[in-house]
Amino acid sequence: MGGEAYLNLGKPNNGGTKLFSVSGHVNRPGNYEVPMGTPFAKLLEMAGGMRGGRKLKAVIPGGSSAPVLPADVMMDCTMDYDSIAKAGSMLGSGAVIVMDETVCMVKALERLSYFYFEESCGQCTPCREGSGWLYRVVHRIEHGQGRPEDLDLLNRVTDNMMGKTICALADAAAFPVRSFIKHFKSEFEYHIENKKCLVDPEVQRMGSGFFKAGAA
Amino acid sequence: MVEIEIDGKTLQVAEGSTIIEAAHQLGTYIPHFCYHKKLSIAANCRMCLVQVEKAPKPMPACATPVTNGMKVFTHSELAVKAQKAVMEFLLINHPLDCPICDQGGECQLQDLAVGYGESASKYEEEKRVVPDKDLGPLVSTDMTRCINCTRCIRFTAEIAGFMELGQSYRGERAEVMPFIGKTVDTELSGNIIDLCPVGALTSKPFRFSARTWELSRRKSVSPHDGLGSNLIVQTKHDKVMRVLPLENEDINECWLTDKERFSYQGLNSPERLTKPMVKQGGEWKEVDWSVALDYAAHALRDVAKTHGGGAIGGLLSPHATLEEMYLAQKLLRGLGSENIDFRLRQSDFSADGKRKGAPWLGMKIADIGRLDRVLVVGSFLRKDHPLIAQRLRQSAKRGAQVSILHSADDDLLIKLAARAIAAPSQLPAILAQVVKAVCAIKGVAADTAVAGVTVSADAQAIAQSLASGSRAAVLLGNFAQQHPQATTLHALGRQLASALGGSFGFLGEAANSVGGYVAKAVSGAAGLNAAAMLKDPRQAYVVVGAEPELDCADGAQALAALAKAAAVVVLSPFRSQAMLDYAAVLLPVSPFSETSGTFVNTEGRVQSFFAATKPLGEARPAWKVLRVLGNLLEQAGFNYNSSEDVRAEALGGQPEFASGLDNGIDGVALNLASTVGGLERLADVPIHFADSLSRRAPALQLAADSVAPSARMSAALLAKLGVAAGDKVKVGAGATVTVTLAARLDAGLPDGVVRIAAAHADTAALGAMSSVLSVEKA
Repeated sequence: MGGEAYLNLGKPNNGGTKLFSVSGHVNRPGNYEVPMGTPFAKLLEMAGGMRGGRKLKAVIPGGSSAPVLPADVMMDCTMDYDSIAKAGSMLGSGAVIVMDETVCMVKALERLSYFYFEESCGQCTPCREGSGWLYRVVHRIEHGQGRPEDLDLLNRVTDNMMGKTICALADAAAFPVRSFIKHFKSEFEYHIENKKCLVDPEVQRMGSGFFKAGAA
Repeated sequence: MVEIEIDGKTLQVAEGSTIIEAAHQLGTYIPHFCYHKKLSIAANCRMCLVQVEKAPKPMPACATPVTNGMKVFTHSELAVKAQKAVMEFLLINHPLDCPICDQGGECQLQDLAVGYGESASKYEEEKRVVPDKDLGPLVSTDMTRCINCTRCIRFTAEIAGFMELGQSYRGERAEVMPFIGKTVDTELSGNIIDLCPVGALTSKPFRFSARTWELSRRKSVSPHDGLGSNLIVQTKHDKVMRVLPLENEDINECWLTDKERFSYQGLNSPERLTKPMVKQGGEWKEVDWSVALDYAAHALRDVAKTHGGGAIGGLLSPHATLEEMYLAQKLLRGLGSENIDFRLRQSDFSADGKRKGAPWLGMKIADIGRLDRVLVVGSFLRKDHPLIAQRLRQSAKRGAQVSILHSADDDLLIKLAARAIAAPSQLPAILAQVVKAVCAIKGVAADTAVAGVTVSADAQAIAQSLASGSRAAVLLGNFAQQHPQATTLHALGRQLASALGGSFGFLGEAANSVGGYVAKAVSGAAGLNAAAMLKDPRQAYVVVGAEPELDCADGAQALAALAKAAAVVVLSPFRSQAMLDYAAVLLPVSPFSETSGTFVNTEGRVQSFFAATKPLGEARPAWKVLRVLGNLLEQAGFNYNSSEDVRAEALGGQPEFASGLDNGIDGVALNLASTVGGLERLADVPIHFADSLSRRAPALQLAADSVAPSARMSAALLAKLGVAAGDKVKVGAGATVTVTLAARLDAGLPDGVVRIAAAHADTAALGAMSSVLSVEKA
């Protein structure tokens, strides 16, 4: 089709198409190639819409290291670099993680932080030490042992990790923590205060049940 | 050169240098842990983060190359915030057990935590615990304290030449460890203690014995190999507690060998001689100094009177100070004896009288790094000269071609360009082949004696490597100097160097191998050298600092000669059973740490030092003892007030480098003969047995390099003898002597060679280091 034509598929400064790997609580998870600038709502529709018709809660638009965005912000976004960056996240790898209302954001973050804790190679101090610190604090909050000062601590630790290492894994570990707390602070606070999830565990279990097409 | 600005100060720095190097040039300190000027850049601790103008993130000063016009801020808010952040991360899993940590008071983490750490930790989770590792008898571990800077790993890989440590696991679980079931065995292992910025690696012998602030520091000079490493001797209550390197880029850089670092243990050995002793009627009696000195003076005077001065022989340790050697030779010459020698392990003295000066390295030590072609002849290089080997290792990495001609193919951990490994008796012939081949390549006329040899492929390869460079050197090691055809090797080495237009030198065996010549502690034309005065026993001997049964080329012969002598006057810091058997009087003298003195190292550098502690017990500096002996024997010119007086007389002033150094040699006939009937002995002097001090350092004696001597042979020889590795063999020397040793496989040995270490009680009976042996299954 030629370079020019390909470029024009997208929008200015965000030319061409991009492959998105949509996963999570959608009916048809999979890889979708769409022109840059396609509204998120359209991508979600292509992926079959929300599983069980549940409400969208949050989306991580560019792989697990990209900052999470709440549903309302995400629904206003188009899938291109500028739009997502403006919303405070990044398009990154194009791995779009869709989360519905059954998700406990603390538990989701605990899982992400554990991943980065396990993935740190241990070369640079901030990542080697910081990724474990983050995981342990989030783990505590999730297990009812959080303290009110933990959220500030997490923000401070992530601030100390970002931009101080050889590779970007420290930043990758920090972004989810910062964005989850930023957008879902009340959920974290509820967790710390009430020592349990805001989302009822039964609901969580329902939502995380293995997806069978048409079974929802 | 590029111009940069650091904290508002502009400076010119070499292109390609890093911010931290530039900052050091300016005297600006940037906190760091993993960075070390002698090691590769890791940039993993992140402590040296600084702000660089236009860079969005703080940059590691150790890994960021300077660019023209770069503006660096080392103490800006951004920089300090980053440094403090890293410090917090370093501390969260660090035990903070400073009160019980040996590194306390000299810990980089502790020091920097004062400037960059908080007073209380915000980390309230479980701390990491890391299992300790067994790194051998010298280095103790507390791995929980490790901050994973990887300096120790980089040291073993880059400086010591073999990666004995590595990092296993990853992330927070990353651990520094040796290979499974292995320890750190390099002869430079102690340096990882200095390199460790925390208390993870500490000195096992020193552990828990003193705090750094309790120690007094004294500069000194290593009494071991010819390098003359600079030391900081640390003492407490007049006892040497430990030894650390004193940085001297021209000599030891910032390193020490394990021998230099840990031999201080021998200073406090129970075998220290602390009272003068006299043998009366076969019984040893502790006596006053005056009695012992009178006794010694009388004994020597009597022998000189009855048998003439020539009946007295002087055996001086090459580890003795210049002052001791100078006074000893002056005393003996005053008694009419020219039988003085410090070259105890030498067996070929045919160069005496033909030398143009004192044999030396032939260049500055620092210039070794500038050579591009090097041939090392006859040297157990890594063990005999660990830090010179280290310099060559770095050169080889930069592209220099190092070759070796030797009788053992020990792994030097240096990438060798070429090698020729042959029986000791073959070395002169092969060196002659190299000379011939180089002359042919260079189009230079070769010596007639050399022209007749047939050049082997190995010799040709060495010659081609040597001839392809522009700054070549031929270096003769200890083994070449101890070789029965040492003079031939010397002459051939010179011919080779001159054909190459390069330099020629000797790797000095001992701390004062050059100093001995400078002090004139060598036999005069009418005198007997070390070997001759033992072969043809004297009536009396004066032994200074040596243990002839272990330090001489033929220990058994030395022992026999001493036993036969009417009077043996021993000046020694130590006593041994052998000494008690042969000596008539034992005068306790100071080891290097308790006396002032001077060593002239292998590059001719005159290095003086003061006593670090008071002498132990009634021991006294040997120069004082010799001075008083001179007075008692009514010799002229023995009224020195200080060791400096002696030095001034010996050196004719206070030069930085000794004069009269010259490797020239005139009128020697080459002896390329190589007929040996039987199995040749290859005798190495194990690193920790080379001198009386290291022999008495318990930790060194536990090191991997201190294994009991064995009879090492090639696979072919083992098969020929019908012996399996590990079997006991009876090794015979001459008609009567046999020693039973374990046979070991040494794949690097030529056939027809049995490698048996010298300088060890187990093998002393075998006699000459160079000899023909019989070996049979026990």
